[in-house]
Amino acid sequence: MNWGAPLARPSKETEPALNYQFDWQLVLSGEYAQWLTDGVLVTLEISAVSLLLSLLLGTIVAVMRMTRFKPLEWLGLAYTEFFRNTPLLVQIYFWYFGSSQVLPDVINKWLYAHDFEFAAGVISLTVYTSAFIAEEIRSGIFSIPKNQLEASRAIGLSFIQAYRYVILPQAFRIIIPPLISQALNLIKNSSLVMVIGVMDIFYMAKQIESYSFHGFEAFTVATLIYLSISLVVSLCINLYDKHYLRQISY
Amino acid sequence: MRFDVVFKNFDYFLWGAFPEGPLGGLAMTIILAAVSIFLAFWVGLGFGLMRNSKKPWLRYPAMVYVELVRGTPLLLLIFWFYFLAPVIVGYSVPELQTTVVALVVFTGAYIAEIVRAGIMALPKGQMEAARGTGLSHFQAMRYVILPQSLRNMIPSFVNQFVSLTKDTSLASTIGVLELTRCAEQVSNRTLNAPMEIYVTILIMYFVICYCLTSYSRRLEKQLSRYQARDR
Repeated sequence: MNWGAPLARPSKETEPALNYQFDWQLVLSGEYAQWLTDGVLVTLEISAVSLLLSLLLGTIVAVMRMTRFKPLEWLGLAYTEFFRNTPLLVQIYFWYFGSSQVLPDVINKWLYAHDFEFAAGVISLTVYTSAFIAEEIRSGIFSIPKNQLEASRAIGLSFIQAYRYVILPQAFRIIIPPLISQALNLIKNSSLVMVIGVMDIFYMAKQIESYSFHGFEAFTVATLIYLSISLVVSLCINLYDKHYLRQISY
Repeated sequence: MRFDVVFKNFDYFLWGAFPEGPLGGLAMTIILAAVSIFLAFWVGLGFGLMRNSKKPWLRYPAMVYVELVRGTPLLLLIFWFYFLAPVIVGYSVPELQTTVVALVVFTGAYIAEIVRAGIMALPKGQMEAARGTGLSHFQAMRYVILPQSLRNMIPSFVNQFVSLTKDTSLASTIGVLELTRCAEQVSNRTLNAPMEIYVTILIMYFVICYCLTSYSRRLEKQLSRYQARDR
């Protein structure tokens, strides 16, 4: 089986049967299995870090867009519109290859000394996902009736307190399902960071493919892992929808 | 700031080396997206209708397809087709065709969900009334349900087209000469202006996608006036 160079079109007589030897033991045990496990850990790690940061950043941007202060509103709008309407892959390239030109030398040196690929991956995933999360949060906040804010301001809470103690706790309950599906998208999108050399599960699968020519097994395992993550998560969303969301009604 | 690198290569970003060499750049991105969305629409329509069907042998395959594809990252899907296609058809398939197939399969699953949701959003009385006037199930679908629900789905289709346009950038990983790949090439050739190049590319993607997004928002407002509603 010729993997690298383009295959020649075979003549009818010598039609090759699928002469590919499946060797599941190869990827399910030993060194390659260790690689895949490491890859899963990196995928989960980069997704978890980016998710936490993008929840934080997304909330900030959403609140920025809700304030009555025009420049902040426009900044929030520009942020969400720009990062939602550009491909993640190019954003990753931008942060990875382009950021060194803008950042001061001290920070660059520090970044190169540490895990710069991981940092660039986290930054791009965070910025991309937070733009989507900001929109989800904003629509969640909009779905809370306006008199909630008015009432909480009337009992003497400040604007920030009203958001912190009244609006956001309610809004978060409504937007948990869309937030979970954003988290799922984030996990799937995290496969893109392999283009800059973060050793996530997909990178490891490619690595195994080029070391052993057993790409099928490696890709199957990687696909199954992604699938099981997303099936479990979508099951959780359905359960949540059934049990909790029905209780909220205005 | 070395934006002169960008200006010198701007025509390469727009259509590659087109008159002398292969078409590429932004033109290739748009062609890729347009062809894929056209094919994905029919795939998605078919699977969306199957998913709504009462017959289990139609519903379950569609469900498996949608769940499988939606649970896999697109990059993985592209690589699957890139490696699988030569084994299945026996000779190597060019990257461009591989990408189109992968994008169609991927987007088809999302469009199937849009179609399913769009049909379910229509009031039940529409179907009952159509069947009541003596149309068959197929006729009712063809002449009553789909014309209404497809029109309501147009904004979602446009949004899907936006994500598809963004997703075509992944084709660069297997070497299709679209906008992202052209940027990589220029960046690798010139070496001194990656930031300027990638900012330009981001803005080019943004202009296309933002126009489409605001178009779909306007459509949504217009269409919501004509929607059939439950009483």
